[in-house]
Amino acid sequence: MPPAWSGFFSVRHPPANAIRSVCVRHRKPQTMNNNGVQPLPSDSSTALDRLFGAMPDAKARESLRKFRAVKDVGAKYFVSSSGLGVVLALALIFIFLFAELAPIFAPAEVDVSTTYIVPGGVDQQTLLLDMDRYQEVGVRYRKDGMVVFFDLASGDPLEQVAIPLPEGTRITSHAHGEPRSNLVALGLSDGSVMLVRHDFDLDWTDDIRTVLPKLEFPFGAEPVAVDDRHGLLSHLAVQQGAGGTALAAVTEDNRLLLSLLSAQVSFMTGETVVDAARYDLGQAPGDVVNILISSNWSNLFLSDQGGTLHYYDIMQPKKTRLAHSLKVVSDSSVSITAMDFLLGTVSIALGRSDGSLSQYFLVRDENNNYFITHVRDFERHHAAITALATEYTRKGFAAADASGMVGLHYPTSSRTLLLKKVVDRPIETLAFSPTNTALLLQDGASQVRLLDVFNPHPEASFKALWQKVWYEGRAGPDYVWQSSSASDEFESKYSQMPLTLGTLKASLYAMLMAIPLAILGAIYAAYFMSPRLRAIVKPSIEVMEALPTVILGFLAGLWLAPFMENNLPAVFSIILLMPPMIVITAFIWSRLPKSVRLFVPDGWEAVLLVPMLLVLGWACISISPFLEIWFFHGSARQWLTDVGITYDQRNALVVGLAMGFAVIPTIFSIAEDAIFNVPKHLTQGSLALGATPWQTVTRVVLLTASPGIFSAIMIGFGRAVGETMIVLMATGNSPVMNFNIFEGMRTLSANIAVELPETAVGSTHYRILFLAALVLFALTFIVNTAAEMVRQHLRRKYSSL
Amino acid sequence: MKIRAWFDSGSPWIWLTAGMVSLSMIMVFGLLMLIAVRGLGHFWPPQVVAFEYEQGPGQVVSVLGSPVRSETVPGLTLREAGYVIPENVELARRNLIKQGNRDLTGRDFIWYPEDLTGQWTTPLEAMILERREWGDFYGFLRQVKEEGLVVGEGFEVREELLRRVERANELFTTINRIERYEIGDLNRSIERIRLTERRLELDRDLEDQVREQQLTDLQEQRAELDRQYEVINTRRLDLAAQMRRDSLVAEAMDGRLVEIPLANVVHAFWPNSMSLTEKMGHYVRTIWNFLSGFPREANTEGGIFPAIFGTVLMVMLMSIVVTPLGVLAAIYLREYARQGPLVRLVRISVNNLAGVPSIVFGVFGLAFFVYFIGGNLDRWLYPESLPAPTFGTPGLLWSSLTLALLTLPVVIVSTEEGLARIPSTIRHGSLALGATKAETLWRTVIPLATPAMMTGLILAVARAAGEVAPLMLVGVVKLAPNLPVDGYFPYLHLERKFMHLGFHIYDVGFQSPNVEASRPLVYATALTLVLIIIVLNLTAITIRNYLREKYRSEGD
Repeated sequence: MPPAWSGFFSVRHPPANAIRSVCVRHRKPQTMNNNGVQPLPSDSSTALDRLFGAMPDAKARESLRKFRAVKDVGAKYFVSSSGLGVVLALALIFIFLFAELAPIFAPAEVDVSTTYIVPGGVDQQTLLLDMDRYQEVGVRYRKDGMVVFFDLASGDPLEQVAIPLPEGTRITSHAHGEPRSNLVALGLSDGSVMLVRHDFDLDWTDDIRTVLPKLEFPFGAEPVAVDDRHGLLSHLAVQQGAGGTALAAVTEDNRLLLSLLSAQVSFMTGETVVDAARYDLGQAPGDVVNILISSNWSNLFLSDQGGTLHYYDIMQPKKTRLAHSLKVVSDSSVSITAMDFLLGTVSIALGRSDGSLSQYFLVRDENNNYFITHVRDFERHHAAITALATEYTRKGFAAADASGMVGLHYPTSSRTLLLKKVVDRPIETLAFSPTNTALLLQDGASQVRLLDVFNPHPEASFKALWQKVWYEGRAGPDYVWQSSSASDEFESKYSQMPLTLGTLKASLYAMLMAIPLAILGAIYAAYFMSPRLRAIVKPSIEVMEALPTVILGFLAGLWLAPFMENNLPAVFSIILLMPPMIVITAFIWSRLPKSVRLFVPDGWEAVLLVPMLLVLGWACISISPFLEIWFFHGSARQWLTDVGITYDQRNALVVGLAMGFAVIPTIFSIAEDAIFNVPKHLTQGSLALGATPWQTVTRVVLLTASPGIFSAIMIGFGRAVGETMIVLMATGNSPVMNFNIFEGMRTLSANIAVELPETAVGSTHYRILFLAALVLFALTFIVNTAAEMVRQHLRRKYSSL
Repeated sequence: MKIRAWFDSGSPWIWLTAGMVSLSMIMVFGLLMLIAVRGLGHFWPPQVVAFEYEQGPGQVVSVLGSPVRSETVPGLTLREAGYVIPENVELARRNLIKQGNRDLTGRDFIWYPEDLTGQWTTPLEAMILERREWGDFYGFLRQVKEEGLVVGEGFEVREELLRRVERANELFTTINRIERYEIGDLNRSIERIRLTERRLELDRDLEDQVREQQLTDLQEQRAELDRQYEVINTRRLDLAAQMRRDSLVAEAMDGRLVEIPLANVVHAFWPNSMSLTEKMGHYVRTIWNFLSGFPREANTEGGIFPAIFGTVLMVMLMSIVVTPLGVLAAIYLREYARQGPLVRLVRISVNNLAGVPSIVFGVFGLAFFVYFIGGNLDRWLYPESLPAPTFGTPGLLWSSLTLALLTLPVVIVSTEEGLARIPSTIRHGSLALGATKAETLWRTVIPLATPAMMTGLILAVARAAGEVAPLMLVGVVKLAPNLPVDGYFPYLHLERKFMHLGFHIYDVGFQSPNVEASRPLVYATALTLVLIIIVLNLTAITIRNYLREKYRSEGD
């Protein structure tokens, strides 16, 4: 019979009919009638004619066969490609998560974009350089008081503005405030200071952006007198704060002066009225190299030629005192060559003549005294540091040295992201762009270079994520997760340790709750329970598994947490009393007369225990207030606080109970499966040799099933690690670093749920959250795969036994 | 039998294991009972009690409200909280009373220690008003007014009041319909004009003249729409004025007389004087309102219809995506792929994906679907709406796809299991008769495996319906102004955000300004969700058990 023949039928009829129709050909027509499938006339020749008459001719059969073959192949490729596609799509998750994370590992880059002779003449010294946020216009302050705005791409001067200096004076010192303030102070030879601010306006005529530079005088076009004695100002510091502008100056005869300025524009005349408070802070120690003042007007730092850093407390200017001095060079051959505040004016970056770079900030001791503290060193340059430039929106900075090398450094992550030689001459001046994407420098041969900087994720490093980091203003290195705050000057703290620990803490308490219940329960259900009871218990456990975790979390947070807070003794007495009470109940039951005991057959003990447990729970809750009065002076919670244990209402105990509840069914089902499938001849053998059922369970069944039980625990653990909603709702989500059962935690998963919708796409924070997701993914995947392998191995073992 | 011997027999340990099963069962059923009792109890008309409360020495105030719950606390706790409890009271009971009237007293739930309260009475005339703003009102009806003139006084005007409340509610519905549909229509048209204008501006190839002409046309259309709006708005304001015609005067528990416009009243009832049938009627109606109504007052009142709708719609979309993909992948793995270590590895991996935390899928969905695919779609298809994103923001489609990915392993595993269970005799029979592999699959194997696929799908649906964490990243919101389905082209708005029962629980329970007031609603919402999921799961379990039996006999 040609295949096409049967195929023909099978195409037109369901397969079952095809089978019967095939039978027809070999039997007599009568049989077919009996079949009742295809009533045919009794004349067999007519019937066959009809059958064959319905047959297409050979050509049609041929094409039909081809068509079917094509369909078959088509189906094969369609199913294979879509099946493979789905599998690949699932693999894509891993790849894509990694792709989102990968940019964090990309190294920083600095490339010279253009080079030109310094705009505005080489004969005058450059005081400082800066540029606008679109990197179109640059600004150069000249020593003679001329400000040159120039096109950043070509170096062509656009505009020159002369600062109106009083007759007969010259600029003797200069300082700049935080980069984002654009504030520049120029100290003059007559003891006064000229305050200047360069700024960039935007013009959007015809939808084309034009950057319009301008120069402002926030305190009027007249210099502000700082020194009553009109001495020459040799060093200067300026900082804009909330209440105005602070100036600190050192005169030629080494007097340290402080001026606090506030400017008000008069209503009537439109004039600027400057209100200045001047303080003489006495003689400066040593030959001053550098002087800095913080923007909150409370700290003044001064470095001298001897390599000592001095800290003045100027919180109350009249009571200014030299609070602390610290030698910051290793030996006398090294001197301080550059010093600047990092963003927020808390940390000081300090460069030395030997090319070394360090970070310092004030640390408070127990007596509320502040001390200059060495926090960390950065990778060393090969020549003396000549200039520092700090980033506008991050804590990072760039350093340039006498060999023409530029380095990008980041304090929080302790990283030196790049050290690169960009010129062959010493670099004299260095400036960052407001978006941290370009550097502008002038070298010893009056050449200006614009550098493209690619440095998107300096905050992340292995150390920043997993090790203790000394954050600004803290007493010592610590693990902290605090990704954002309302302030721009905030140092993001990305330590994964509190989150990882929180995740482990939550899982640990959940497993403490779930393992005994699930494993012991599984032993009973698989080995001792009567089949009828099993038929009720197993679906209940499956329903338990299906309960949405958001419901468990909500009950834990809104019902269990307040309940536990009010009935703390009840919770602990239930946990402690339950096992002995069960045993006592069992004992009493065994003492009862046989007629009563026969009333409940073996395998139904669990039902007997239900009322006992309910009564126990009720009793514990009823006596809980009395326990509080007798043992805890009326409130167990207060008592805990008095003893020194922090108590949060939503704590690890609540999470442990709720998440334990969530993982019990997972562990129970798998463990029960493993125990139930232990080959019967093993247990029967053991029982036949005289072992009690319990001995059989512990010595035979559990030993055989232990890999399965282990894999059940692993899978339960995997589920607990990734659980989000319960933790989100039943803890305070505070990233603490302890295992206190009465405190909450913040887990990796809850952290993602809380922070990912709020974070900027592509930021370091965003990518670090992806790292957390990837860690969760990898962890659960590995744990589950290991557990699955164990189970498969076990299955093979059972079948061979 | 000695105790020692009894211990040696292992019996206590067996009992201990039994105890663990009992405890698990108590927890499961206790939890379900808790949700059911709290969730269903909320809708029963509460008893209203009145009592005197001694606020301080000599200061007595009268309280009217319904008891919510009571608890026993140490007297010390109360004394520390500032209550004047006698020193000898070691344990005190306190009752939480819902007294409503948030606009008058600021707090609508207050604890009253029993030691300081007088005898409870249940005044028959006590009235509860369900209001659109400020929550419930508790008090006594004094007057009903029309345009400021008194039309009836006292308890007897109840019928009159109810009639007028009914009228105000009808007007409210009408106004609502006008706002939602007629004004909504206009807004949509105006927005379309705005987008067309923007598209014209972006279209650089267009000649200036043509553009000017079209812009002028659009301006005219806009002016016409503005005129229409004026007409509709006049009608709306007129109706609103009619709605504000009536008001009632009621006496609050502290004796203050309060005038409440009926426009603000959803429903008025006198629970203490209700008969059992009336109470049952009230019960059924409030449950219906809860299931079919829209939320009010930052989700703390009103119904959960949008959340049910959103959950169901999202799950349906997810099923449409996940079924073909999961089934195809399973057929490939079981029927076409060459069985070897590689396929075994893939199988294990797919299986394990079911154990990967759902939040990870959410993270992936946000980055891949929302930002990557959605962002690019916006750039190609909706450049005129930018920078406001259309698909480049969390929404219904992305949620469905994310959950489809999440539940894919469930469907694959279940379908594969079903395919594996089909006796090879059936397959061989078909092949022996000359059917091609595709024909065998399509006509014999897959029809027989359909129930297994159904099981997988139902399990997937049950899992998806309860999943919240990934949705928080890819599409749910606490309050969606519009349902994702409406009467405007393309009718199903995949880009819209939606409400979800699970997220509703989280939001109302934890982000709500008035936790105590919203708590019963959270229980009721939870109950709804649990019921949906349990029904789905039990269906799946039943189908599976039925199939196991069926194929066991056929396979042998």
